[in-house]
Amino acid sequence: MRAQFVVSEVGNGLKRNLTMTLAVIITVAVSLTLFGVSLLVRSQVDTMKDFWYDKVEVSIFLCAKGSDTPSCVGGEVTRAQRDQIRADLESLRPLVSEIYYESRTEAFARFQEQFANSPIVDSVSENALPESFRVKLSEPTQYDVVASAFAGRPGIEQVNDQRQVLDKFFRLLGGLQAVALIIAIVMLVVTVLLIVNTMRVAAFSRRRETGIMRLVGASNLYIQLPFLLEAAVSAGIGALLAVGGLVLAKSIVIDQVLAPSFQFTAFVGWDAVFAIAPLLLIVGIGLSGIAAFFTLRKYLRV
Amino acid sequence: MILFDSVTKLYPNQARPALEDASLEIEKGEFVFLVGPSGSGKSTFLRLVLREERPTSGNVWVLGKDLMRLSNWKIPALRREIGTVFQDFRLLPNKTVFENVAFALEVIGKPKSHIRKVVPEVLEVVGLDGKEDRRPDELSGGEQQRVAIARAFVNRPKLLIADEPTGNLDPGTSVGIMKLLDRINRLGTTVVMSTHDAQIVDQMRRRVIELEHGHVVRDQSRGVYGYAR
Repeated sequence: MRAQFVVSEVGNGLKRNLTMTLAVIITVAVSLTLFGVSLLVRSQVDTMKDFWYDKVEVSIFLCAKGSDTPSCVGGEVTRAQRDQIRADLESLRPLVSEIYYESRTEAFARFQEQFANSPIVDSVSENALPESFRVKLSEPTQYDVVASAFAGRPGIEQVNDQRQVLDKFFRLLGGLQAVALIIAIVMLVVTVLLIVNTMRVAAFSRRRETGIMRLVGASNLYIQLPFLLEAAVSAGIGALLAVGGLVLAKSIVIDQVLAPSFQFTAFVGWDAVFAIAPLLLIVGIGLSGIAAFFTLRKYLRV
Repeated sequence: MILFDSVTKLYPNQARPALEDASLEIEKGEFVFLVGPSGSGKSTFLRLVLREERPTSGNVWVLGKDLMRLSNWKIPALRREIGTVFQDFRLLPNKTVFENVAFALEVIGKPKSHIRKVVPEVLEVVGLDGKEDRRPDELSGGEQQRVAIARAFVNRPKLLIADEPTGNLDPGTSVGIMKLLDRINRLGTTVVMSTHDAQIVDQMRRRVIELEHGHVVRDQSRGVYGYAR
C-alpha cells in the first residue's frame, strides 16, 4: 500500500466534491453539536440531582395553636405526641438518616433571617410558625414510606417533600433533553443519508478510475480506502467543529451566562465535556465509516 | 490457459442465455480470434474469463484457477495476470501517457522505482517512446490504443484479453495495432481478441472461434472470418 498515492487521492476527492464535502462537514457538525448538547443537559440534570437531593429534606410540620387541618382538632401538639413521632422516625432508620427538631423559636429565627429585608417580618409573630421535624432520607425516592407513616396523624399538620418540587423542574429539563436527543438522532440519520449520497456521487464521478483499478487487479481495499478516508476526514472535521461548539457552550453559555446568574445550583464541569468530546468523534467517524462502507459495497463491487 | 466446460450464462430477466453449453480450450501461447455477430456471446465469454460474471452452470478455468471456486478477495490477484484492452481505450483524460500506464502499477502497490524502470520499457515496446508527457486528447486513436495496450502489458501478463481493439480505428492504424498484439503474443503472452474485422482475421491466419446465439459454431486453427469469403 502506497500511502502517498492514497493521501493524494483523498485530497483530490475532497477538492473535486467541495460542495458535498462542505455539506457533510456542516451536517455532521450541527447534528453532533445537538447530540453533544443533549448529553450535556443530561449530565447537567444528574449534577443538579446530586447537588439538590443532598440538600432536600422531608418536613413534618406539627400542629400549632389555631391549625385547622382535621388532624389538628386536638389543638397544639402534645409533648407525648411529639416524643412518639420522634421515636417512630428513629425506628425508620436507616432510611431516615438525619432527624432534626426545629422548635418554634428556631423557626422564627430562621424566618427572620430569610426575610430580613421584607416588611412581612414585623407582621408575623413567633406563635404563628409551627414547630417541625426536618428529616433527611438516605434514599430520597422512598419519600412515600415517610409520608404514609406520618401524614394525617394526630398532632401532625402536614408532611412536605421538597423533592417533589424539584422533580417537576427535573422532569422539564429531562423533557428538553429528550427533545434535543430526538432532534439529534433525526439529524444523525439525515447525516448518514447525506454521506451515502455523497459517496455515490464520488463513486460515480470516479467510475473511470475505479473501473480501470478493478481491471488491473487493484484490491478492494485499495479501491475503497480513498472513499472511506474521504468520508472519515470530512466527518472528523465536522465532529471536531461539534466539539468546538460544545466547548463554547460550556465556556460561554454555562460559565459566563448561566453560572453567574444562578448561583444557587451547581453546573456541569469540564469533566463532562471531556467525557462527551471523544464520544462525538467516535460517533461521527463511525457513522460516516458505516455509511461509506455499505455504499461502497453496493457501488464499487469487484 | 482457458478452459470452458459446458458453460451456460443466463443473465437475469433474459429469456435466452448469452452463452449456452459452450466448451473450448485455449492453450498457453495461442493467438485466438473470437468472431461472431453482435449479441453472439463474445463479450460474455470475455467477462467470464475476467470473472466479472459467474457462469449459471458449467465450469470456467483460467490460468489454472477454478473460477467457480475462486473467492472474491482473490479476484484482484487473478486480474493482475490478465491484461485487458477495449474498443474505447479507457484512458484517464487528465493523466499523461506515462501516468496512465503508471496508474495501473500504482494501484497494485508497486514501488516508484519499479514504475520508473518498467513504464519507459513498455512504452518503447508499443512504439510510444518520446510521447510520455502527452495527454490522451493529444494523441491519435491508434496511439491511444497503444497506451491502453502498454497499460495492459506493463505487468507482463500471461493472458491478454482484447475486446474489439481495432473497432474504433481505420484499417491502416489497425494493422499497426495487430502487429503490436502479434509481437506481444510472440513475447509469450496468450492473446484472445474479439473482432468484427474480417480483413484482419483473414490476414493473420490464426485460430478462429466463432460464436452464434451463444453457441460455439466453429473452431478452426488458421481460420478465416467466415465461410462466405
